[in-house]
Amino acid sequence: MSDRKDIALRRAESLQKRHAAETRFRWYGRAAISFGMLCIVFLFTDIFSKGAGAFQQTYIDMEIHFDPEVLGLTPQSTPAEIEQASFGSFFKKALRQQYPDLTSRKEKRQLYGLVTSDMPLTLRNQVMAEPSLIGTTKSIRMIADDDIDVYYKYSYGRDNEDGTSVGRATELQQSIVAELAQQGRIGTRFNNTFFTAADSREPELAGIKGAIVGSMLTLMITLIISFPIAVATAIYLEEFAPKNKLTDFIEVNINNLAAVPSVIFGLLGLAIFINFFGLPRSVPLVGGLVLSLMTLPTIIISSRAAIKAVPPSIRDAALGMGASKVQTVLHHVLPLALPGMLTGTIIGMAQALGETAPLLMIGMVAFIVDVPASVGDSATVLPVQIFLWSDSPERGFVEKTSAAIMVLLTFLIFMNSFAVWLRKRLERRW
Amino acid sequence: MSLAPLALFLISATAVAYFIGYLRAFKIAKPLGGVRNLAALPTYYASMVSLWALIPGLIVLALWVALDGAVIESLVKASLPEEAKYLPADKLGLVLNQVALVAQGLGDISILGLEYQAAVERQMRLTQLSRDALPLLVGSIAIISLLIGLRSVTAAHNARYSVERLFNIALFLCSCIAILTTVGIVFSVMFESWQFFQLVPLSEFLFGTHWSPQIAIRADQAGASGSFGVLPLIVGTLLISAIALLIAVPVGLLSAIYLSEYASARVRNVVKPALEILAGVPTVVYGFFAALTVAPAIREVGDAARAWGAENGVVWLANLNVSSESALAAGMVMGIMIIPFVSSLSDDVINAVPQSLRDGSYGLGATQSETIKKVIFPAALPGIVGGILLAASRAIGETMIVVMAAGLAANLTVNPLEAVTTVTVQIVTLLVGDQEFDSAKTLAAFALGLFLFLITLALNIVALRVVKKYREQYE
Repeated sequence: MSDRKDIALRRAESLQKRHAAETRFRWYGRAAISFGMLCIVFLFTDIFSKGAGAFQQTYIDMEIHFDPEVLGLTPQSTPAEIEQASFGSFFKKALRQQYPDLTSRKEKRQLYGLVTSDMPLTLRNQVMAEPSLIGTTKSIRMIADDDIDVYYKYSYGRDNEDGTSVGRATELQQSIVAELAQQGRIGTRFNNTFFTAADSREPELAGIKGAIVGSMLTLMITLIISFPIAVATAIYLEEFAPKNKLTDFIEVNINNLAAVPSVIFGLLGLAIFINFFGLPRSVPLVGGLVLSLMTLPTIIISSRAAIKAVPPSIRDAALGMGASKVQTVLHHVLPLALPGMLTGTIIGMAQALGETAPLLMIGMVAFIVDVPASVGDSATVLPVQIFLWSDSPERGFVEKTSAAIMVLLTFLIFMNSFAVWLRKRLERRW
Repeated sequence: MSLAPLALFLISATAVAYFIGYLRAFKIAKPLGGVRNLAALPTYYASMVSLWALIPGLIVLALWVALDGAVIESLVKASLPEEAKYLPADKLGLVLNQVALVAQGLGDISILGLEYQAAVERQMRLTQLSRDALPLLVGSIAIISLLIGLRSVTAAHNARYSVERLFNIALFLCSCIAILTTVGIVFSVMFESWQFFQLVPLSEFLFGTHWSPQIAIRADQAGASGSFGVLPLIVGTLLISAIALLIAVPVGLLSAIYLSEYASARVRNVVKPALEILAGVPTVVYGFFAALTVAPAIREVGDAARAWGAENGVVWLANLNVSSESALAAGMVMGIMIIPFVSSLSDDVINAVPQSLRDGSYGLGATQSETIKKVIFPAALPGIVGGILLAASRAIGETMIVVMAAGLAANLTVNPLEAVTTVTVQIVTLLVGDQEFDSAKTLAAFALGLFLFLITLALNIVALRVVKKYREQYE
């Protein structure tokens, strides 16, 4: 009697244990998924919080009197004379006139550091465009220096507990900023420069246009080369290839290439395209060549899947009507498989857009201040620009880097959702 | 010399040929009583003629562009002064380069000396000749072959066969590019590596424990030769990859199990694509995240732990030293990157386990987790191992995260809080910037590349074998 009770008790106990183990196991699974989700949320919020500020740029309004005597110019001056005029010292003098009580060399230097170092050039261009400015006084909107920009956006008007501020703005500069803010002469606006300029050593003048154009040119080359070759390969392997050793070898090669680390493709580009064929460094042409070799396997594999999905009855019907094999493929199979191929191509392009390492090898890391105009110009691409900026210690560049990442991710999300939409829209269920 | 006008000429010749061929087909069809009496459709005749106009000219153009530099060079070599002919190969190349520059008017004859005047003149003459002859040659070949093509537009000749045969050949050539790429990779790394192993013996490379690839500016400088022991790099790579796998494997595997065995379809449809987002984020973004967020956070935690340890007399904590480029940061972020990789591969193999195994286990009274642990997991194990090997190969070959977050100094250590460097980091740092192709430093990068290629290739082959073998069991 007691034995049976014992057994029942033990069974209940063991069942309880087993059920506890079951619950525990489920929680492990939930924990793993939550960890993954948290990583995504954390990654995106981290980048967003760092980069959101970069879309705003601090401006300072200053009254500038274009003194004909200091400039040595008259409204009738020729462009050549304006070119010669010393706008650097004129600008410094104009600033000093606004703050006459700053006399020491150090103070003056901090004053000049309020706005971007590019300012004299901008003023000259304005005068060049409108010589009648000379002799008048005009309120000029100036781009603030990155230290001031960071201070104004992140520290000004906020009580930091320890009294420190973000960035390297000095106390004098901070007091000037406070004064300007009271007069309503400092503020933030949408950062146009970020989208219209190429790289610069000064964070406040640096933009991503050059990198975006470089990425576009590189992707264009990649697309032009990889799409036709990949589609041709997929058609050959699915429709025409005889079953022999050579075909097997091609397939093995494609599968292996898909798993080769991207940095190795960079070595290939360096040794073959640059060293052997003598193509120039740092150009989108070579970048596109390397990336197209890299994306070929991706596009081939998805194109083959798309061709495989076309039912054999289509081919049989076409052949039965007297079409040749090539006609069957070109007129019937290919159009039906095209949406799937395009989806794979877009995904491959998205991969290529985010790729960095092989482009470092072929020299697309140069510091380039011009927007490239053709595939033969030195250029950089968006991910490489991110890499370059992330190396810069200035606080202003951290924010620019995150903003560039946000732009890159936006492109990628757009491309991938377009691929998903295309698949849903065009793909046929048989 | 610009090739654009020539290319444009060839393209327009092709278009014109298509048109002519089309008209020609109708013309020969007319006396026969219409197009249906031809062996092929008129468009095929047109395509055939246009291919005739395009391809021979294109081949000649390609050959000319590829060879004309070499031919001119060998001809110029003949008119160099006597003493220049016996120069060593690299010096001779330099002289020939200077001759070419002077001939282009980019330099003065005085940099070479007057005795080179004959060579320079010859160079100029030949370049001019090549520039004049090429359009003539390509143009006449295109026109002649167009005429040949037109001649074969006859009612009996089936143009479709010719065009389709060519189409087949073109498809085949395109698929050979995959082979060419592999051959290119193997040859480019092999060739430079072979040169490297002439300078540094293989045994020193494989078993040396010191890596400092600096090349001396002066020959007599201390450590002039640099040392190329790859061991610290391997240890660093393995350390970071191990940390990454330690994070990615449990998380990826458990989420795959939960999603395929427990989660409702609705949850799965949301969570799976969400996890895939991690796979779509570019590695440079992870690198930035690792270098600017994770690494400083780990360092802060380490500093706090050290302060606490010093206060409370915990000696090992008080001596804790966290590098700002710790292997832990790079490894953790790399682990996050690989999570979707592991989970989607595991998902595939878990779903491939037949339902009958689950049903049998439930029938014996096992709970769901017991079924998973004791039946499904062992059945899926080979596939999971294959997936983990693929993930490992991905981790070893990953570049940007480690370039941005791991160190440059090669420390032989397994402490995850110290800075280590990896094979990929060294490849990138050795090759970024200007480099000459004869220094051991540059060549070392190719030797490392060969090493990396072989390791990842081996891992992939083994992994695919394992996965394939397993799949066959249930099919």
